[in-house]
Amino acid sequence: MTRLNLALLVGVLLAVCLSVASGKVWVPLDAWTAVDPRSIIIVELRLPRTVMALLVGAALGLSGAVMQGYLRNPLADPGLFGVSSGAALGAVVSLYFGYAAQIWLLPTFALVGAAGTMALLALIAGRSGSLILFTLAGMILTSIAGSLTALAISLAPTPFVSSQIVTWLLGALTDRSWDDVKVALPIIVIGAGLLATTARSLDALTLGEQAARSMGVDPGRLQWVVIAGIALTVGAAVASAGVIGFVGLIVPHMVRPFAGNRPSAVLLPSALGGALLLTLADSLVRLAPTVSELRLGIAMSMLGGPFFLYLLIRMRRRLA
Amino acid sequence: MSVLAADRIGLTLGGNRVLDDVSYAFRRGRVTALLGPNGAGKSTLLSCLAALRVPDQGAASLDGVDVQAIERRARARAIGLLPQAADVHWDIDVATLVALGRLPHRGRWGATAADDAAVARALAATDMTALAGRGVERLSGGERGRALLARVLAGEPDWLLADEPLASLDPAHQIDVLDRLRSVAAAGGGVVLVLHDLHLAARIADDAVLMRGGRVVAAGPADDVLTAPLIAETYGVAVEIGVTPAGQRFILPIGR
Repeated sequence: MTRLNLALLVGVLLAVCLSVASGKVWVPLDAWTAVDPRSIIIVELRLPRTVMALLVGAALGLSGAVMQGYLRNPLADPGLFGVSSGAALGAVVSLYFGYAAQIWLLPTFALVGAAGTMALLALIAGRSGSLILFTLAGMILTSIAGSLTALAISLAPTPFVSSQIVTWLLGALTDRSWDDVKVALPIIVIGAGLLATTARSLDALTLGEQAARSMGVDPGRLQWVVIAGIALTVGAAVASAGVIGFVGLIVPHMVRPFAGNRPSAVLLPSALGGALLLTLADSLVRLAPTVSELRLGIAMSMLGGPFFLYLLIRMRRRLA
Repeated sequence: MSVLAADRIGLTLGGNRVLDDVSYAFRRGRVTALLGPNGAGKSTLLSCLAALRVPDQGAASLDGVDVQAIERRARARAIGLLPQAADVHWDIDVATLVALGRLPHRGRWGATAADDAAVARALAATDMTALAGRGVERLSGGERGRALLARVLAGEPDWLLADEPLASLDPAHQIDVLDRLRSVAAAGGGVVLVLHDLHLAARIADDAVLMRGGRVVAAGPADDVLTAPLIAETYGVAVEIGVTPAGQRFILPIGR
C-alpha cells in the first residue's frame, strides 16, 4: 500500500468520525455508548448515512477513474457522459410507476438505465477513442435522458409523485437506513471488483487500441467488463443517492499528481478519494447554516462546475 | 526453427481487395522489409501477422499454428508489434512507458526482477536510460519514437513487427534504430519492418518482400529482390543502384 493510499485512508477515517458526530444534534464522543439516548441517532441515522456516503463516493470515484482510463479522456465522468442521467431515468421510471415501494426495483431500473447508456456510449464512440466524438455522444445521451426525465415529471400521475421525483433527482443521503446499505453494498462491491480487473488493460490502452491488442488485451471482453462494472457501481450509487455529479471527474484529477498518470495507479486512490470527498461533503451540508438541509447533489454541482471549467481552461491548448 | 508465415492471405476491406493471395515465410535471425508504394497492403499484411486482422482467405501462422488460435498473452509474448500511430494518451514517464511492454509477462503480483532487467536493457538499447524519468509529453518526436521502440523491445518477443519505425527519426537515430533492430535479428529474433525508404531498406534488410496492389511482386534475399527492373515494376520509378566504397549498397530514385 502506497503512502498516498495510506494518507487517504487516514483522511477517510477522520471524515467518518466527523460525519458520525456532526448534524443538527452534535453528538460528542462520550455519548457514543448504548446507555446514552443519543446513541440511537448514531446507530440508526448517522452510521448508515456515513456508510452510504463512503460507498457512493468510492463507487463514483472509481468509475470516473476507469472511464477516464478506458476512454483515454481526462474529462470523462459518469455524470458528464450521461451514465448517471441514464441511471436516473431508470430510477425515475420506477418512481413514475410507483414501483419504488419495493426496495429492489428502483436499483434494478437504475442499473438497467446506467448499463444502457454506457453500452450506447461504447457503441457510438467506443473503438475510436476520439475525445470529441465521445464528449458529444455523452452530451447527447445526457440531454435525451434529461428530456425523458422531464417528460416523466410533467406526466406524473399525482403531484406527490412529481415532487418525489424532483426531490430524489437533486441527490442526497438524508435519512438513509441500513436497508439501503444492504441493497447498495453488494452491488457496488461486485461492480468495483469487476472494474478492478481492468487495471492492466487500461494501462495497455495508454498506447492506443492496436498496441493494446498486440499486448494481449481482448477489447471486446474489456468493453463488456467496463460496461457491466460502470453500470453496477454508478447504477447503485444513483439508486442510493440520486444524481451526484462531478465526483468521478474531480477525484481522479486530484490524486493524479501524487499517484502518477498511469491509469491503474489512479484506481484505488480514486475510490478512497471519492469516499473521502463525499463523506466530507455530506458532513458539511449538514452543518451549513441553511433552513432546510443543503442537498448534497446541489453542493457537489456547485463545487464541480467551476472545477470542470478550470480543467477545460488548463487543457485548452491540448484540445484546440 | 520458428517460422512466421503468411499462407495465401486474402482480405477485402470496403470493397477493395487489399491483400490477394499473399504467401511468404518469414525467417528468424533475419530482417525482412515489406516494401511497396502507398496502398500496396504492407501495413495490412503486418496487422494480419500480428493477429489484429482476420484474413478472409488463408491465414497467418506461427510454427504452423494459426495466429488467431494462439492464446492472447502467449501470442503477445511471441509477437511484439510497434504500430505506426505513436499515441501515448497519458503523460507517463519513459520508464513507465517501457515497462508497459512487460504486461504480457506480468504475473499476478506485479513486476519481477526479470521485468525490471528487461526494461533496463531496452532503455539502454535505445539510448533512453538518461531520459527514463522524463514525461512523454516533454520528449521530442524522435525520443518518443525510440521510447515506443523500447516498449516493444522490453517484451523481448521472438518476433518484432514494426510499421514505419524510422518515420520520425533524424538520420543519426535512424541508423541507431536500424542497428538495434539488426542486433535483435543477430540474436536470433525475427524482425519484419514496413519501410518506405528504399535506401534504408537496402541498408538493413536481409530479405525483402515487394508488394503492389495487395499482391507480392517479388520476395526473397534483398540483393535479389531490390533490383532496378523489379523496383521499376513495383514503384514505377527508375532507380540507380550502386555500392559505396565501403561496400554498402544504396538505391537512388532518379526519375519516373
